[in-house]
Amino acid sequence: MESLPPHMRPDRSFQAFILALQTFWAEQGCVILQPYDMEMGAGTFHPATTLRALGPKPWNAAYVQPSRRPKDGRYGENPNRLQHYYQFQVIMKPSPPYLQELYLKSLAAIGIDSSLHDIRFVEDDWESPTLGAWGLGWECWCDGMEVSQFTYFQQVAGVECSPVAGELTYGLERLAMYVQGVDRVYDLNFNGRDGAERVSYGDVFLQAEQEYSRHNFEYADTAMLFEQFRMAEEACRKYLAAGWREGSNRKEHLMALPAYDQCIKASHVFNLLDARGVISVTERQSYILRVRELAKACGEAWIHTEAGSAGG
Amino acid sequence: MPDLLLELFSEEIPARMQAKAAEDLRRMVTDRLVAEGLVYEGAKAFATPRRLALTVHGIPARQPDLKDERRGPRVGGPEAAIQGFLKATGLTSVEEATIQKDKKGDFYVALIEKPGRAAIDVLAEILPVIIRTFPWPKSMRWGARSAKLGSLNWVRPLHAITATFGLETEEPDVVPFSVDGIEAGQTTYGHRFMAPAAINVRRFEDYDAKLLNAKVVLDPQRRKDAILTDARQLAFAQGFELVEDPTLLDEVAGLVEWPVVLMGSFEKEFLSIPGEVIRATIRNNMKCFVVNDPRTGKLTNKFVLTANIETADGGKTIVGGNEKVIRARLSDAKFFYETDLKTRLEDRLPKFDAIVFHEKLGTQAERIARIERLATEIAPLVAADVAKATRAARLAKADLLTEVVGEFPELQGLMGKYYAQAQGEDASIAAASEEHYKPQGPNDYVPTNPVSIAVALADKIDTLVGFWAIDEKPTGSKDPYALRRAALGVIRLILENALRLSLVKLANFAIPGLPEKHTADAAKLPPDLLAFFADRLKVQLREHGARHDLVDAVFALDGQDDLLMIVRRVEALAAFLDTDDGKNLLAGTKRASNILAIEEKRDKRTFDGAPDPALYSLAEEKALANAIEQVKIEASAAVAKEDFAGAMTAMAKLRPAVDAFFDKVKVNDDDPKVRENRLRLLNQIRAATRAVADFSKIEG
Repeated sequence: MESLPPHMRPDRSFQAFILALQTFWAEQGCVILQPYDMEMGAGTFHPATTLRALGPKPWNAAYVQPSRRPKDGRYGENPNRLQHYYQFQVIMKPSPPYLQELYLKSLAAIGIDSSLHDIRFVEDDWESPTLGAWGLGWECWCDGMEVSQFTYFQQVAGVECSPVAGELTYGLERLAMYVQGVDRVYDLNFNGRDGAERVSYGDVFLQAEQEYSRHNFEYADTAMLFEQFRMAEEACRKYLAAGWREGSNRKEHLMALPAYDQCIKASHVFNLLDARGVISVTERQSYILRVRELAKACGEAWIHTEAGSAGG
Repeated sequence: MPDLLLELFSEEIPARMQAKAAEDLRRMVTDRLVAEGLVYEGAKAFATPRRLALTVHGIPARQPDLKDERRGPRVGGPEAAIQGFLKATGLTSVEEATIQKDKKGDFYVALIEKPGRAAIDVLAEILPVIIRTFPWPKSMRWGARSAKLGSLNWVRPLHAITATFGLETEEPDVVPFSVDGIEAGQTTYGHRFMAPAAINVRRFEDYDAKLLNAKVVLDPQRRKDAILTDARQLAFAQGFELVEDPTLLDEVAGLVEWPVVLMGSFEKEFLSIPGEVIRATIRNNMKCFVVNDPRTGKLTNKFVLTANIETADGGKTIVGGNEKVIRARLSDAKFFYETDLKTRLEDRLPKFDAIVFHEKLGTQAERIARIERLATEIAPLVAADVAKATRAARLAKADLLTEVVGEFPELQGLMGKYYAQAQGEDASIAAASEEHYKPQGPNDYVPTNPVSIAVALADKIDTLVGFWAIDEKPTGSKDPYALRRAALGVIRLILENALRLSLVKLANFAIPGLPEKHTADAAKLPPDLLAFFADRLKVQLREHGARHDLVDAVFALDGQDDLLMIVRRVEALAAFLDTDDGKNLLAGTKRASNILAIEEKRDKRTFDGAPDPALYSLAEEKALANAIEQVKIEASAAVAKEDFAGAMTAMAKLRPAVDAFFDKVKVNDDDPKVRENRLRLLNQIRAATRAVADFSKIEG
């Protein structure tokens, strides 16, 4: 790390921090993807995780995914809560035998020395009711702070994982705040420069946090969103039905990815409606169930595609 | 005799599962050994975050040889029977069998000798089965093998198995087996960060010692002792005292292999938050202990953390990091607390309209309205100020909607108390927010403040009557709505505060508030619920050494729904039955009941109705009749005054007359009229004793 110019050091620059993680995982054989071009609540929703976790073919990938949590917006006033933040996501299928060791090496690559810090794997059973997914693993703690999620996927989109994939999710802002030693997310040094050249996280995102908080809590058009939810649900089902190759007797599917996009869409629209407070407690459950049904149908289609099946 | 060392080395095992897993491993291995005829001398199991370990010492090197005689068919019996016998016993021909004689003739006997196997071979057979069928509460698959059917399930990926077997004096053997590609061996690993290298181990003693060298304390009890001692010491050195927390200690000891106890601090300004909130924040989120200042009796701005590593900077970085997280967490908690204080509790109530309590029992708002109404009815019966009880009931649940309780559900009630105090409510109203949830179990504290009692009873009675109305009663081990606990709570509130209440009346108060469609069977509900209370009372009294049959004997009387009086009766009855008079009267009453039962059955009729004094021919009959009359009057008078001991004393007067009657009088007289009259007299004994209890329900 000492050989790097100051602005490229992961403990000084948010972007260098991301680059260091990407370089590390590229060296482990992961394909480095770019963020998926849709709004989603977590990196797990990216088809490179949700769908690629299914089926027998090996798959190793890493990427940054902007994550939208409309309810977590605080108008830019809370030092560490954001309605838009970055997750760094790693998926390895099958899970390699020493994934924990790889994870610890990745921490070293971003400046966390495991001989100086107290790093712990604390039980965390992961479950996503909207994705029909569950797995076992841990919250990874560094000096009492949760810095990553580590999960061995057992089931995704209602389909048993065979083989099992290992998933790592790093909360980038929180980790970078720790490494840079700042207490307020907006004070993160984004580009690692000093003086007039310095760009902070606040310079990039503070206005967005304020604007989107207004939008998410006060102005998001609920009539439109209800309609969008309905339309996404309908489109997803339509594409799934149309995707079965004729004469394949539901053995080959040709449109799992576009259908899954609509599932992602429905999920995000639901999150927005939830933030607007227009979904009652009882309705909430039924919306989650509707998204799960879409996710499961997409999973079922995916394992009949070329990438999701043993064939090809 | 040889010893077994077994270690299952894995990725981090959840702390809460470790103790049971160690115990399961010990039980499963030793049970199987005994079942295989290998009786061992001792066994002990251990767990750390990364390993389960077991030592079994004094296992015989071989199983004992088994000899078995199996009887076969008659000599000259059908060929099929003989073939079947040979097949079942493994003999190659009938010549190998011996011939024995009995009354019916000659028959074949096979002598089967099964030589015992070497214990190590038995272990190689049973250990993989135990590993594959290990009862983890939740287990998982992993890696490339997870694609195959029948791949191993374990709590987290299993990396290595150590299994050695041998005598203390010799180099032990590796138990030869493998599970899903993992070969048993004698290599384990030390602390993840401080000593990760492979370690070769032979037997338990050197395993334990080498692990300690490699910064792993194998025994959870030793880790707990070390953490507790160091934590106390650190606090003491600064003039403070550790707030001990056995549950947290268990958990923390399950998160480290090499405990290093450190102390950190946080800004004093956070001490403005209630101590319970600070403790919940630090305990739940950070697994750290809090520290008291003995001079104030309150928390001080220190915390104790348990790291899993010794570092070159003496833990400075670790403490700094933890302090940072605690500061952020306490800032959140302080923000939540201060935000909560800005809204009055009653202003939160409208939100309950949108929250469903139970699909069939309506919203939380409807439930609160029921509790409020019920508390208003109960208040005068428990000497509570009616207006205060009503208001306390209205506010008691409001803290469920606060930020702090949302974050820390276990602080429900307590936060309500703080917020009620802050908005200037009467002290008894504030106290009821916390106390109306009590008592939570057999050892929890029972409130004595009348307003709290009124709301606590209202809350529990509403719950019980509501779930009874929708037929969601506890069955067997299932009691999802904790109705047994609610009933016990009512019992303890009533008994420990010596309250005079009619349970049937309380239940009838609660019924009109329920959704109408569930009150169709309203008349049946109170007696049904009363029977449940009788059961819970029996459990409660049994735990205090009382006889459950006496509870039955009292409940069998009509109209018994005043728990305090029931218990007083049971106590007086128990004391009476300890005397000679009591024992003999019980025997006499039982004898009368038995005779009546037989004769009623024979004649297919009962012998109710007053006996005819004209038909008494013997002095003992008359004496008994007189005694019954006198006892009836005296006992009922005593019962009316709630003087149950007095009623028992009156009852004792019956004893000589009953004894003399059975001594001198033949019930089944030849004259049917006399016989019937005497049976009627016996029936009167039964009737007289019912003034205090149904003696027929008493055992013995």
